[in-house]
Amino acid sequence: MDGNIYVLIEHLQGRVSEISYVMLAAGRVLAAGMDGELVAILLGHEAQSLASDLVADRVLYMDHPALTEFTPEAYQMALAELIEADKPRAVLLGDTSMGAEVAGVLSARLELPLVSHCSTVHVKEGVPKFVSKICGGKIMAEGELPSPTALVTVVPGDFKAEEGKSDQPAEVTTVSAPSLEGLRVTLKQYIEPEIGDVDISTEPILVAVGRGIQQEANLELAEELASAIGGAVCASRPVVDQGWLPINRLVGKSGKSVKPKIFLAIGISGAPEHVEGITGSEMIIAVNTDPSAPIFDVAKYGAEVDAIDLMPVLTEKVQEAKSG
Amino acid sequence: MNIAVLIKLVPDLVEELEIDENGKSLDTTFMRLIINEPDEHALEQAIILKEREGGEVTVLGPSFEDMDGVLHTAFAKGSDRMIKLVDSFELGVNNHALARAFTSAVSELKPDLILTGVQAHNDLDGSLGPLVAEYLGMPFVGYVSGVTTSGDKLTVRKEYPGGLIAEMEVTMPAVLGIQAAESPPRYVAISKIRQAMKTASIEEQSISELDARGGPTVSEMFQPQVGERAEMIEGDIDQIAVKLVELFGDLGVI
Repeated sequence: MDGNIYVLIEHLQGRVSEISYVMLAAGRVLAAGMDGELVAILLGHEAQSLASDLVADRVLYMDHPALTEFTPEAYQMALAELIEADKPRAVLLGDTSMGAEVAGVLSARLELPLVSHCSTVHVKEGVPKFVSKICGGKIMAEGELPSPTALVTVVPGDFKAEEGKSDQPAEVTTVSAPSLEGLRVTLKQYIEPEIGDVDISTEPILVAVGRGIQQEANLELAEELASAIGGAVCASRPVVDQGWLPINRLVGKSGKSVKPKIFLAIGISGAPEHVEGITGSEMIIAVNTDPSAPIFDVAKYGAEVDAIDLMPVLTEKVQEAKSG
Repeated sequence: MNIAVLIKLVPDLVEELEIDENGKSLDTTFMRLIINEPDEHALEQAIILKEREGGEVTVLGPSFEDMDGVLHTAFAKGSDRMIKLVDSFELGVNNHALARAFTSAVSELKPDLILTGVQAHNDLDGSLGPLVAEYLGMPFVGYVSGVTTSGDKLTVRKEYPGGLIAEMEVTMPAVLGIQAAESPPRYVAISKIRQAMKTASIEEQSISELDARGGPTVSEMFQPQVGERAEMIEGDIDQIAVKLVELFGDLGVI
């Protein structure tokens, strides 16, 4: 229908992902403004119970053994069928490891427009709009959700997951799955993350390093500072991709979410993928030479200096304070 | 194995980004473009696979200024062919248009595997990989941080939140969106790049028409409005350190 808003529910190992509730909260705003229905799309196998806390006017549930866990082609075929049947005004998917590739392939296959990095939606005078956060969070782009059916990949932003949860289960309609054969991508197994020496998700004090530490040798400065304060070192993506720290120290979208008392961000610009993992921190203090770095938008305190110069001095002062 | 690597250039975020007078796009006058970082990992992964399995790596990119330097660097790192897509690419060109251009150029190469960065920070209409994959009728897997091959099958490590990895089997030919190469992108000496500029030639492939259908139209571009910005601690390094120690003390952590 014209104003219907679909939300593709993401789930992994039997749990609905947080982004799904965020999307339902966003979808609620669009559906209300467009006089349409908010429809949650649940693809799975013996997974109907996952629909129990979704905010939606109704849930379309498709059951098939090939949908037990996410694989891209099965999801693409299943969702394509549902979109073609009803032609909703928009389909919200996570801007995630699952949603992004479903949206991209379906945009090409069904010739439907695609909007990515969407952090906010709203309806103005009957026109549905998107706002996308791009360029590492430095630029916002706004526009009308393209018609007829906009595929939209959503990043965590203005909408809260709690707003997408309900204790009143929505009506679930089971729909039959298309033939899901000849799949060229199959799931072999999951590999659980290694816990490693430090669990950053439970550390009360974190010294987080980003691209601004410039070279691997400077990691030692962060280690010394962390050990002086009594915390652990974690990192944003560039540091881990350089192989300077193991992936169990990664904070953000594909890493861990952290909730320390103090999160000291050293040379971290604050790209949305990173900020996503640190919003639970009690206090964020940011050190960066770039005054326009988005990290200063989420930090309580900031300092515009070179972290390489600051770290040894700060380590010394912390040690003095502790011994004095 | 015949591998193609698709590269795009993005604004360098170290530089200040300005919005054009029309208020709908980035001002490109002084914009510095660099290789999209995940694309650099895609290139590295391609060279690692070539070193392990043999074969040929072809790198393709649109003809922005600076693309020659990026292609020569790729050659110096170990790729075999460089192809520049030639058209009047404007810096704001969307990924649907780029994907169609890449599709027409890459299909003649008949690659077994196409690697590209999983995303770029300025993607507004999805990322390149899934679009190219579907236009070519190949499967796509993104957020990949490791690839091994066995016959016509690939085993890829796909990243999920929290550090969970899904190991997926993919039948070639296929397109992969690389998040991180197995090992960090290699360093290449300037002298080797200079040598590549002298000896290696960049092939050109003309693109007949850019078709941007599939992307949104931006009506307004702006810098994010900030609710509450951080309180900036002023002073020299010593003063800032003292203030931070006070803060730590107030919070009871030291």
